[in-house]
Amino acid sequence: MKASRIFNHTIKQGFQGIYRNRTMSLASVGSVTAVLVILGLIIMIILNVSAISVSTKEKFDEIYVYLDDSITNQRIREIGEEIGSYEGTLAVVFQSKDYALEKMKEEWGEDGRLLEGLVNNPLPNTYVVQLRDVSYASALIKHIEQKDGIEEVKYYKDIVEKLISTAEFIQVFGVIVIIILLLVSIFIIQNTIKITVASRKVEIELMQYIGASNGFVRGPFIFEGVVLGCMGAFLAIIVVLNGYDYLVSYSNEKLFSMLSVYLIPANMISLDILIIFVTIGVGIGILGSIVSLRKFLSV
Amino acid sequence: MFEFHNVTKIYKNKFTAVKDINLKIEKGSFSFVVGKSGAGKTTLIKLLIKEVNPTEGTIFFNGEDITYLSSRRIPLHRRKVGVVFQDFRLLNKKTVYENIAFAMEMVGQSPKSIRREVPNVLSMVGLSDKATNFPNELAGGEQQRIAIARAVVNRPDLIIADEPTGNLDPETSNEIMKIFSEINRRGTTLLMVTHDRTIVDMMKKRVIELKNGRIIRDTEEGDYYEGF
Repeated sequence: MKASRIFNHTIKQGFQGIYRNRTMSLASVGSVTAVLVILGLIIMIILNVSAISVSTKEKFDEIYVYLDDSITNQRIREIGEEIGSYEGTLAVVFQSKDYALEKMKEEWGEDGRLLEGLVNNPLPNTYVVQLRDVSYASALIKHIEQKDGIEEVKYYKDIVEKLISTAEFIQVFGVIVIIILLLVSIFIIQNTIKITVASRKVEIELMQYIGASNGFVRGPFIFEGVVLGCMGAFLAIIVVLNGYDYLVSYSNEKLFSMLSVYLIPANMISLDILIIFVTIGVGIGILGSIVSLRKFLSV
Repeated sequence: MFEFHNVTKIYKNKFTAVKDINLKIEKGSFSFVVGKSGAGKTTLIKLLIKEVNPTEGTIFFNGEDITYLSSRRIPLHRRKVGVVFQDFRLLNKKTVYENIAFAMEMVGQSPKSIRREVPNVLSMVGLSDKATNFPNELAGGEQQRIAIARAVVNRPDLIIADEPTGNLDPETSNEIMKIFSEINRRGTTLLMVTHDRTIVDMMKKRVIELKNGRIIRDTEEGDYYEGF
Protein backbone atom coordinates (compact mmCIF):
# COMPACT_ATOMS: atom_id res chain seq x y z
CA MET A 1 0.00 0.00 0.00
CA LYS A 2 1.32 3.46 -0.88
CA ALA A 3 2.68 5.42 2.09
CA SER A 4 0.96 8.59 0.91
CA ARG A 5 -2.39 6.79 0.88
CA ILE A 6 -1.87 5.51 4.43
CA PHE A 7 -0.88 9.02 5.49
CA ASN A 8 -3.91 10.62 3.85
CA HIS A 9 -6.19 7.99 5.31
CA THR A 10 -4.76 8.52 8.79
CA ILE A 11 -5.15 12.30 8.66
CA LYS A 12 -8.61 12.23 7.07
CA GLN A 13 -10.02 9.52 9.34
CA GLY A 14 -8.42 11.10 12.38
CA PHE A 15 -10.03 14.50 11.82
CA GLN A 16 -13.29 12.86 10.78
CA GLY A 17 -13.26 10.86 14.00
CA ILE A 18 -12.76 13.99 16.07
CA TYR A 19 -15.56 15.82 14.27
CA ARG A 20 -18.04 12.96 14.25
CA ASN A 21 -17.50 12.20 17.94
CA ARG A 22 -17.55 15.87 18.88
CA THR A 23 -18.83 15.38 22.41
CA MET A 24 -16.21 12.83 23.39
CA SER A 25 -13.50 14.83 21.63
CA LEU A 26 -14.52 17.87 23.61
CA ALA A 27 -14.41 15.85 26.83
CA SER A 28 -10.90 14.61 26.00
CA VAL A 29 -9.64 18.09 25.16
CA GLY A 30 -11.30 19.37 28.32
CA SER A 31 -9.59 16.83 30.55
CA VAL A 32 -6.17 17.40 28.94
CA THR A 33 -6.65 21.13 29.40
CA ALA A 34 -7.76 20.77 33.01
CA VAL A 35 -4.84 18.56 33.92
CA LEU A 36 -2.33 20.82 32.17
CA VAL A 37 -3.76 23.97 33.76
CA ILE A 38 -3.32 22.45 37.21
CA LEU A 39 0.13 21.28 36.18
CA GLY A 40 0.90 24.79 34.96
CA LEU A 41 -0.17 26.24 38.29
CA ILE A 42 2.18 23.93 40.15
CA ILE A 43 5.05 24.65 37.75
CA MET A 44 4.50 28.40 38.23
CA ILE A 45 4.49 28.03 41.99
CA ILE A 46 7.68 25.94 41.96
CA LEU A 47 9.51 28.28 39.59
CA ASN A 48 8.56 31.38 41.54
CA VAL A 49 9.30 29.90 44.92
CA SER A 50 12.74 28.87 43.65
CA ALA A 51 13.41 32.30 42.16
CA ILE A 52 12.20 34.08 45.28
CA SER A 53 14.23 31.88 47.58
CA VAL A 54 17.38 32.52 45.52
CA SER A 55 16.91 36.29 45.48
CA THR A 56 15.97 36.36 49.14
CA LYS A 57 19.03 34.36 50.04
CA GLU A 58 21.21 36.87 48.22
CA LYS A 59 19.41 39.78 49.81
CA PHE A 60 19.49 38.55 53.37
CA ASP A 61 22.86 36.89 53.57
CA GLU A 62 24.16 40.04 55.22
CA ILE A 63 24.34 41.45 58.70
CA TYR A 64 22.61 44.79 59.32
CA VAL A 65 24.17 46.92 62.04
CA TYR A 66 21.77 49.72 63.01
CA LEU A 67 23.49 52.66 64.69
CA ASP A 68 22.23 54.83 67.48
CA ASP A 69 21.01 58.23 66.20
CA SER A 70 22.77 60.05 69.03
CA ILE A 71 26.37 59.08 68.22
CA THR A 72 28.85 61.34 66.43
CA ASN A 73 30.16 60.97 62.90
CA GLN A 74 33.52 60.19 64.45
CA ARG A 75 32.03 57.26 66.33
CA ILE A 76 30.27 56.10 63.21
CA ARG A 77 33.58 55.97 61.33
CA GLU A 78 35.24 54.15 64.22
CA ILE A 79 32.56 51.49 64.32
CA GLY A 80 32.94 51.03 60.55
CA GLU A 81 36.68 50.54 60.89
CA GLU A 82 36.28 48.11 63.78
CA ILE A 83 33.84 45.96 61.84
CA GLY A 84 36.05 46.14 58.75
CA SER A 85 39.08 44.93 60.68
CA TYR A 86 37.31 41.79 61.91
CA GLU A 87 38.63 38.70 60.15
CA GLY A 88 35.21 37.37 59.08
CA THR A 89 34.23 40.57 57.31
CA LEU A 90 34.37 40.61 53.55
CA ALA A 91 32.98 44.11 53.01
CA VAL A 92 31.33 46.88 54.97
CA VAL A 93 29.00 49.35 53.29
CA PHE A 94 27.62 52.40 55.06
CA GLN A 95 24.02 53.38 54.33
CA SER A 96 23.00 56.76 55.68
CA LYS A 97 19.50 57.21 57.07
CA ASP A 98 18.68 59.60 54.18
CA TYR A 99 19.81 57.04 51.64
CA ALA A 100 17.71 54.38 53.35
CA LEU A 101 14.61 56.56 53.14
CA GLU A 102 15.20 57.34 49.46
CA LYS A 103 15.64 53.67 48.72
CA MET A 104 12.45 52.82 50.56
CA LYS A 105 10.53 55.48 48.60
CA GLU A 106 11.89 54.04 45.38
CA GLU A 107 10.94 50.48 46.31
CA TRP A 108 7.43 51.42 47.33
CA GLY A 109 6.85 53.05 43.94
CA GLU A 110 3.58 54.95 43.87
CA ASP A 111 3.01 54.24 47.54
CA GLY A 112 6.31 56.02 48.22
CA ARG A 113 4.37 59.29 48.37
CA LEU A 114 3.11 58.19 51.76
CA LEU A 115 6.63 58.62 53.14
CA GLU A 116 6.83 62.26 52.09
CA GLY A 117 4.69 63.33 55.03
CA LEU A 118 7.30 62.28 57.57
CA VAL A 119 8.75 65.08 59.67
CA ASN A 120 11.66 63.06 61.10
CA ASN A 121 13.36 60.26 59.27
CA PRO A 122 12.77 57.23 61.53
CA LEU A 123 15.32 55.03 59.75
CA PRO A 124 18.72 54.54 61.37
CA ASN A 125 22.21 54.86 59.86
CA THR A 126 23.27 51.38 58.95
CA TYR A 127 26.35 49.30 58.23
CA VAL A 128 25.67 46.39 55.89
CA VAL A 129 28.26 43.71 56.56
CA GLN A 130 29.01 41.01 54.05
CA LEU A 131 30.58 37.93 55.52
CA ARG A 132 33.45 35.88 54.21
CA ASP A 133 31.45 32.87 55.29
CA VAL A 134 28.21 32.35 57.23
CA SER A 135 30.15 30.51 59.94
CA TYR A 136 31.58 33.85 61.14
CA ALA A 137 28.08 35.25 61.66
CA SER A 138 27.42 34.50 65.33
CA ALA A 139 30.94 35.46 66.50
CA LEU A 140 30.79 38.74 64.62
CA ILE A 141 27.33 39.55 65.97
CA LYS A 142 28.55 38.95 69.51
CA HIS A 143 31.61 41.06 68.83
CA ILE A 144 29.63 44.02 67.45
CA GLU A 145 26.75 43.97 69.92
CA GLN A 146 29.09 44.84 72.83
CA LYS A 147 30.20 48.10 71.25
CA ASP A 148 28.89 51.52 72.12
CA GLY A 149 26.54 53.31 69.79
CA ILE A 150 24.93 50.20 68.37
CA GLU A 151 21.17 50.20 68.44
CA GLU A 152 20.57 46.75 67.04
CA VAL A 153 22.23 44.00 65.02
CA LYS A 154 19.99 42.11 62.62
CA TYR A 155 20.81 38.94 60.89
CA TYR A 156 18.11 37.10 58.91
CA LYS A 157 19.78 33.71 58.96
CA ASP A 158 16.82 31.98 60.59
CA ILE A 159 14.39 33.51 58.15
CA VAL A 160 16.58 32.63 55.18
CA GLU A 161 17.04 29.09 56.35
CA LYS A 162 13.34 28.69 56.99
CA LEU A 163 12.56 30.15 53.59
CA ILE A 164 14.99 27.83 51.84
CA SER A 165 13.69 24.76 53.61
CA THR A 166 10.11 25.82 52.84
CA ALA A 167 11.05 26.32 49.19
CA GLU A 168 12.67 22.90 49.07
CA PHE A 169 9.59 21.35 50.62
CA ILE A 170 7.34 23.06 48.09
CA GLN A 171 9.56 21.87 45.23
CA VAL A 172 9.58 18.25 46.36
CA PHE A 173 5.87 18.32 47.14
CA GLY A 174 5.18 19.95 43.75
CA VAL A 175 7.13 17.30 41.87
CA ILE A 176 5.23 14.55 43.69
CA VAL A 177 1.91 16.23 42.86
CA ILE A 178 3.01 16.57 39.22
CA ILE A 179 3.82 12.87 38.99
CA ILE A 180 0.50 11.89 40.55
CA LEU A 181 -1.29 14.33 38.27
CA LEU A 182 0.40 12.89 35.17
CA LEU A 183 -0.65 9.38 36.14
CA VAL A 184 -4.19 10.58 36.82
CA SER A 185 -4.26 12.41 33.50
CA ILE A 186 -3.11 9.36 31.56
CA PHE A 187 -5.85 7.41 33.30
CA ILE A 188 -8.45 10.05 32.41
CA ILE A 189 -7.32 10.34 28.79
CA GLN A 190 -7.14 6.59 28.49
CA ASN A 191 -10.71 6.33 29.70
CA THR A 192 -11.99 9.12 27.50
CA ILE A 193 -10.31 7.63 24.45
CA LYS A 194 -11.56 4.22 25.51
CA ILE A 195 -15.07 5.61 25.29
CA THR A 196 -14.25 7.12 21.89
CA VAL A 197 -12.84 3.82 20.75
CA ALA A 198 -15.74 1.87 22.28
CA SER A 199 -18.24 4.11 20.52
CA ARG A 200 -16.50 3.07 17.31
CA LYS A 201 -16.09 -0.57 18.24
CA VAL A 202 -18.19 -1.62 15.25
CA GLU A 203 -16.00 0.39 12.92
CA ILE A 204 -12.77 -1.02 14.34
CA GLU A 205 -14.05 -4.60 14.23
CA LEU A 206 -15.24 -4.06 10.71
CA MET A 207 -11.86 -2.72 9.64
CA GLN A 208 -10.26 -5.84 11.04
CA TYR A 209 -12.78 -8.19 9.40
CA ILE A 210 -12.20 -6.43 6.09
CA GLY A 211 -8.48 -7.02 6.45
CA ALA A 212 -7.07 -3.61 7.30
CA SER A 213 -3.59 -3.92 8.79
CA ASN A 214 -3.17 -3.16 12.48
CA GLY A 215 -1.21 -0.01 11.70
CA PHE A 216 -3.95 1.13 9.37
CA VAL A 217 -6.51 0.58 12.14
CA ARG A 218 -4.43 2.20 14.88
CA GLY A 219 -3.09 5.12 12.86
CA PRO A 220 -6.20 7.33 12.80
CA PHE A 221 -6.91 6.80 16.50
CA ILE A 222 -3.35 7.58 17.52
CA PHE A 223 -3.42 10.64 15.27
CA GLU A 224 -6.71 11.58 16.91
CA GLY A 225 -5.08 11.23 20.33
CA VAL A 226 -2.21 13.47 19.20
CA VAL A 227 -4.57 16.13 17.83
CA LEU A 228 -6.76 16.06 20.96
CA GLY A 229 -3.66 16.21 23.17
CA CYS A 230 -2.30 19.17 21.17
CA MET A 231 -5.62 21.00 21.29
CA GLY A 232 -5.81 20.48 25.04
CA ALA A 233 -2.22 21.64 25.40
CA PHE A 234 -2.76 24.82 23.38
CA LEU A 235 -5.91 25.67 25.32
CA ALA A 236 -4.04 25.12 28.56
CA ILE A 237 -1.16 27.28 27.32
CA ILE A 238 -3.56 30.12 26.52
CA VAL A 239 -5.28 29.83 29.91
CA VAL A 240 -2.10 29.45 31.96
CA LEU A 241 0.02 32.11 30.26
CA ASN A 242 -2.77 34.70 30.08
CA GLY A 243 -3.85 33.98 33.62
CA TYR A 244 -0.29 34.17 34.85
CA ASP A 245 0.43 37.33 32.88
CA TYR A 246 -2.64 38.93 34.43
CA LEU A 247 -1.59 37.80 37.89
CA VAL A 248 1.92 39.19 37.39
CA SER A 249 0.75 42.58 36.14
CA TYR A 250 -1.91 42.79 38.82
CA SER A 251 0.10 41.70 41.81
CA ASN A 252 3.77 42.37 41.14
CA GLU A 253 3.78 45.96 42.44
CA LYS A 254 1.88 45.02 45.57
CA LEU A 255 3.96 41.92 46.14
CA PHE A 256 7.16 43.89 45.84
CA SER A 257 6.11 46.62 48.21
CA MET A 258 5.08 43.98 50.74
CA LEU A 259 7.80 41.34 50.39
CA SER A 260 10.43 42.94 48.14
CA VAL A 261 10.10 40.12 45.62
CA TYR A 262 9.00 39.97 41.99
CA LEU A 263 7.22 37.15 40.12
CA ILE A 264 8.97 35.77 37.03
CA PRO A 265 7.58 37.61 33.97
CA ALA A 266 5.29 35.45 31.78
CA ASN A 267 7.32 35.96 28.60
CA MET A 268 10.38 34.46 30.26
CA ILE A 269 8.73 31.09 30.76
CA SER A 270 6.27 30.98 27.85
CA LEU A 271 8.56 28.91 25.60
CA ASP A 272 9.25 26.37 28.35
CA ILE A 273 5.56 26.08 29.11
CA LEU A 274 4.82 25.64 25.39
CA ILE A 275 7.36 22.83 25.03
CA ILE A 276 6.36 21.09 28.28
CA PHE A 277 2.63 21.28 27.59
CA VAL A 278 2.75 20.16 23.96
CA THR A 279 5.07 17.27 24.86
CA ILE A 280 2.85 16.13 27.70
CA GLY A 281 -0.35 16.68 25.68
CA VAL A 282 0.93 14.64 22.73
CA GLY A 283 2.40 12.04 25.08
CA ILE A 284 -0.80 11.36 26.97
CA GLY A 285 -2.76 11.45 23.71
CA ILE A 286 -0.61 8.72 22.16
CA LEU A 287 -0.37 6.68 25.36
CA GLY A 288 -4.11 6.92 25.98
CA SER A 289 -4.89 5.80 22.41
CA ILE A 290 -2.52 2.86 22.51
CA VAL A 291 -3.76 1.62 25.86
CA SER A 292 -7.40 1.94 24.77
CA LEU A 293 -6.86 0.33 21.38
CA ARG A 294 -5.05 -2.68 22.74
CA LYS A 295 -8.34 -3.96 24.07
CA PHE A 296 -10.09 -3.77 20.71
CA LEU A 297 -7.37 -5.12 18.50
CA SER A 298 -7.88 -8.69 19.57
CA VAL A 299 -10.44 -9.62 16.87
CA MET B 1 -11.17 -23.78 -1.42
CA PHE B 2 -10.61 -24.64 2.22
CA GLU B 3 -10.11 -27.77 4.25
CA PHE B 4 -10.35 -28.62 7.94
CA HIS B 5 -8.33 -31.62 9.10
CA ASN B 6 -9.30 -32.99 12.54
CA VAL B 7 -9.92 -29.48 13.85
CA THR B 8 -10.80 -29.10 17.52
CA LYS B 9 -11.29 -25.83 19.36
CA ILE B 10 -11.36 -25.76 23.14
CA TYR B 11 -11.79 -22.32 24.69
CA LYS B 12 -9.97 -21.14 27.80
CA ASN B 13 -12.99 -21.96 29.94
CA LYS B 14 -12.55 -25.61 28.85
CA PHE B 15 -15.61 -25.41 26.59
CA THR B 16 -15.16 -27.58 23.52
CA ALA B 17 -16.78 -25.59 20.71
CA VAL B 18 -15.88 -27.85 17.79
CA LYS B 19 -14.48 -31.36 17.94
CA ASP B 20 -12.56 -33.28 15.32
CA ILE B 21 -13.98 -31.47 12.32
CA ASN B 22 -13.08 -32.74 8.87
CA LEU B 23 -14.48 -30.62 6.11
CA LYS B 24 -13.62 -29.81 2.53
CA ILE B 25 -15.31 -26.99 0.65
CA GLU B 26 -14.80 -26.86 -3.12
CA LYS B 27 -14.02 -23.67 -4.99
CA GLY B 28 -17.15 -22.04 -6.39
CA SER B 29 -19.53 -24.10 -4.24
CA PHE B 30 -22.51 -22.96 -2.18
CA SER B 31 -22.97 -24.61 1.22
CA PHE B 32 -25.20 -24.15 4.24
CA VAL B 33 -24.11 -24.75 7.80
CA VAL B 34 -27.05 -25.53 10.09
CA GLY B 35 -27.45 -26.50 13.71
CA LYS B 36 -28.82 -25.26 17.00
CA SER B 37 -27.27 -22.43 19.00
CA GLY B 38 -24.04 -23.62 20.58
CA ALA B 39 -23.51 -26.30 17.94
CA GLY B 40 -20.21 -24.69 16.89
CA LYS B 41 -21.28 -22.71 13.81
CA THR B 42 -19.85 -19.41 15.02
CA THR B 43 -16.57 -21.03 16.04
CA LEU B 44 -16.31 -22.50 12.55
CA ILE B 45 -16.53 -18.96 11.12
CA LYS B 46 -14.06 -17.61 13.68
CA LEU B 47 -11.58 -20.32 12.72
CA LEU B 48 -11.95 -19.45 9.06
CA ILE B 49 -11.37 -15.72 9.53
CA LYS B 50 -8.58 -16.33 12.05
CA GLU B 51 -10.35 -14.72 14.96
CA VAL B 52 -9.38 -17.83 16.94
CA ASN B 53 -6.74 -20.48 16.45
CA PRO B 54 -7.63 -24.18 16.60
CA THR B 55 -6.50 -26.19 19.61
CA GLU B 56 -5.78 -29.17 17.38
CA GLY B 57 -5.81 -29.95 13.67
CA THR B 58 -4.89 -28.00 10.55
CA ILE B 59 -6.73 -25.61 8.27
CA PHE B 60 -5.86 -25.02 4.62
CA PHE B 61 -7.11 -22.11 2.57
CA ASN B 62 -6.42 -22.08 -1.19
CA GLY B 63 -3.81 -24.74 -0.53
CA GLU B 64 -2.02 -22.62 2.08
CA ASP B 65 -1.73 -23.74 5.71
CA ILE B 66 -3.47 -21.03 7.73
CA THR B 67 -3.66 -22.93 11.03
CA TYR B 68 -1.44 -20.36 12.68
CA LEU B 69 -0.83 -16.98 11.10
CA SER B 70 1.28 -14.10 12.38
CA SER B 71 -0.61 -10.95 13.28
CA ARG B 72 0.85 -9.32 10.17
CA ARG B 73 -0.51 -12.01 7.89
CA ILE B 74 -4.01 -12.20 9.38
CA PRO B 75 -5.20 -8.99 7.63
CA LEU B 76 -3.89 -10.32 4.31
CA HIS B 77 -5.81 -13.57 4.80
CA ARG B 78 -8.99 -11.70 5.71
CA ARG B 79 -8.91 -9.82 2.42
CA LYS B 80 -9.65 -13.13 0.72
CA VAL B 81 -12.77 -13.64 2.85
CA GLY B 82 -15.85 -11.39 2.82
CA VAL B 83 -18.19 -11.62 5.80
CA VAL B 84 -21.89 -10.71 5.87
CA PHE B 85 -23.38 -10.41 9.36
CA GLN B 86 -26.93 -10.89 10.62
CA ASP B 87 -26.91 -7.37 12.09
CA PHE B 88 -25.45 -5.85 8.87
CA ARG B 89 -22.77 -3.89 10.79
CA LEU B 90 -23.05 -0.78 8.66
CA LEU B 91 -21.54 2.51 9.69
CA ASN B 92 -24.53 4.75 10.28
CA LYS B 93 -22.48 7.92 10.07
CA LYS B 94 -21.39 7.09 6.52
CA THR B 95 -23.55 7.09 3.40
CA VAL B 96 -24.26 3.91 1.43
CA TYR B 97 -21.52 4.85 -1.03
CA GLU B 98 -19.05 5.64 1.77
CA ASN B 99 -19.81 2.36 3.54
CA ILE B 100 -18.73 0.41 0.49
CA ALA B 101 -15.85 2.73 -0.35
CA PHE B 102 -14.70 2.26 3.28
CA ALA B 103 -14.05 -1.45 2.66
CA MET B 104 -11.88 -0.57 -0.33
CA GLU B 105 -10.03 2.22 1.46
CA MET B 106 -9.24 -0.13 4.35
CA VAL B 107 -7.24 -2.41 2.09
CA GLY B 108 -5.56 0.49 0.30
CA GLN B 109 -7.41 0.53 -3.04
CA SER B 110 -6.79 3.58 -5.19
CA PRO B 111 -9.43 6.35 -5.35
CA LYS B 112 -9.74 5.60 -9.05
CA SER B 113 -10.66 1.96 -8.55
CA ILE B 114 -13.02 2.96 -5.72
CA ARG B 115 -14.86 5.32 -8.09
CA ARG B 116 -15.10 2.52 -10.61
CA GLU B 117 -16.02 -0.43 -8.38
CA VAL B 118 -18.51 1.07 -5.91
CA PRO B 119 -21.15 1.94 -8.55
CA ASN B 120 -20.66 -1.54 -10.03
CA VAL B 121 -21.49 -3.41 -6.83
CA LEU B 122 -24.28 -0.97 -6.00
CA SER B 123 -25.90 -1.75 -9.32
CA MET B 124 -25.40 -5.48 -8.73
CA VAL B 125 -27.38 -5.31 -5.47
CA GLY B 126 -29.90 -2.90 -7.06
CA LEU B 127 -29.18 0.11 -4.86
CA SER B 128 -27.67 2.55 -7.39
CA ASP B 129 -30.29 5.17 -6.50
CA LYS B 130 -29.55 4.96 -2.74
CA ALA B 131 -25.85 5.81 -2.88
CA THR B 132 -26.21 9.10 -0.99
CA ASN B 133 -28.62 7.78 1.65
CA PHE B 134 -27.54 6.88 5.17
CA PRO B 135 -28.10 3.25 6.26
CA ASN B 136 -30.74 4.07 8.87
CA GLU B 137 -32.86 5.70 6.18
CA LEU B 138 -33.19 2.32 4.48
CA ALA B 139 -35.24 -0.84 5.08
CA GLY B 140 -33.63 -3.97 6.59
CA GLY B 141 -33.37 -5.77 3.24
CA GLU B 142 -31.72 -2.78 1.66
CA GLN B 143 -29.25 -2.53 4.53
CA GLN B 144 -28.33 -6.19 4.09
CA ARG B 145 -27.79 -5.57 0.39
CA ILE B 146 -25.30 -2.81 1.26
CA ALA B 147 -23.52 -5.23 3.58
CA ILE B 148 -23.34 -7.78 0.78
CA ALA B 149 -22.03 -5.15 -1.64
CA ARG B 150 -19.38 -4.25 0.93
CA ALA B 151 -18.37 -7.90 1.35
CA VAL B 152 -17.93 -8.51 -2.39
CA VAL B 153 -16.38 -5.22 -3.44
CA ASN B 154 -12.82 -6.38 -2.73
CA ARG B 155 -13.49 -9.56 -4.79
CA PRO B 156 -12.85 -12.12 -2.04
CA ASP B 157 -12.47 -15.82 -2.86
CA LEU B 158 -14.93 -16.80 -0.16
CA ILE B 159 -18.05 -15.13 1.23
CA ILE B 160 -19.20 -16.18 4.69
CA ALA B 161 -22.74 -15.15 5.52
CA ASP B 162 -23.68 -15.45 9.20
CA GLU B 163 -27.49 -15.64 9.45
CA PRO B 164 -27.89 -13.06 6.68
CA THR B 165 -31.68 -13.39 6.63
CA GLY B 166 -32.12 -13.67 10.40
CA ASN B 167 -33.61 -10.20 10.72
CA LEU B 168 -35.58 -10.17 7.46
CA ASP B 169 -39.08 -11.12 6.38
CA PRO B 170 -39.49 -14.09 3.94
CA GLU B 171 -40.00 -11.98 0.85
CA THR B 172 -36.94 -9.86 1.51
CA SER B 173 -34.98 -13.00 2.39
CA ASN B 174 -35.76 -14.39 -1.07
CA GLU B 175 -34.41 -11.24 -2.70
CA ILE B 176 -31.24 -11.50 -0.63
CA MET B 177 -30.84 -15.16 -1.61
CA LYS B 178 -31.14 -14.21 -5.28
CA ILE B 179 -28.21 -11.83 -4.84
CA PHE B 180 -26.15 -14.52 -3.11
CA SER B 181 -26.98 -16.95 -5.91
CA GLU B 182 -25.81 -14.42 -8.46
CA ILE B 183 -22.55 -13.85 -6.57
CA ASN B 184 -22.00 -17.60 -6.41
CA ARG B 185 -22.86 -17.97 -10.12
CA ARG B 186 -20.06 -15.49 -10.89
CA GLY B 187 -17.60 -17.86 -9.21
CA THR B 188 -17.32 -16.82 -5.55
CA THR B 189 -17.46 -19.63 -2.99
CA LEU B 190 -20.31 -19.19 -0.50
CA LEU B 191 -20.67 -20.53 3.01
CA MET B 192 -23.90 -19.58 4.75
CA VAL B 193 -24.74 -20.21 8.39
CA THR B 194 -28.49 -20.12 8.85
CA HIS B 195 -31.53 -21.05 10.91
CA ASP B 196 -33.84 -20.25 8.01
CA ARG B 197 -35.43 -23.55 7.05
CA THR B 198 -37.34 -22.09 4.08
CA ILE B 199 -34.31 -20.87 2.22
CA VAL B 200 -32.27 -24.02 2.85
CA ASP B 201 -35.10 -26.19 1.55
CA MET B 202 -35.65 -23.87 -1.42
CA MET B 203 -32.01 -23.61 -2.54
CA LYS B 204 -31.22 -27.34 -2.60
CA LYS B 205 -27.52 -26.87 -1.85
CA ARG B 206 -25.00 -28.76 0.26
CA VAL B 207 -26.05 -28.85 3.94
CA ILE B 208 -23.58 -29.40 6.76
CA GLU B 209 -25.23 -29.96 10.13
CA LEU B 210 -23.38 -29.44 13.39
CA LYS B 211 -24.36 -30.73 16.79
CA ASN B 212 -22.35 -30.32 19.98
CA GLY B 213 -19.32 -29.30 17.97
CA ARG B 214 -19.35 -32.27 15.58
CA ILE B 215 -20.53 -32.67 11.99
CA ILE B 216 -23.49 -35.03 12.17
CA ARG B 217 -24.66 -34.66 8.58
CA ASP B 218 -23.15 -33.53 5.29
CA THR B 219 -25.45 -33.93 2.29
CA GLU B 220 -25.38 -32.55 -1.23
CA GLU B 221 -28.68 -30.88 -2.23
CA GLY B 222 -29.92 -31.34 1.30
CA ASP B 223 -32.80 -29.96 3.36
CA TYR B 224 -32.81 -28.17 6.68
CA TYR B 225 -34.00 -31.29 8.50
CA GLU B 226 -32.70 -34.69 7.63
CA GLY B 227 -35.15 -36.91 5.77
CA PHE B 228 -37.66 -34.24 4.70
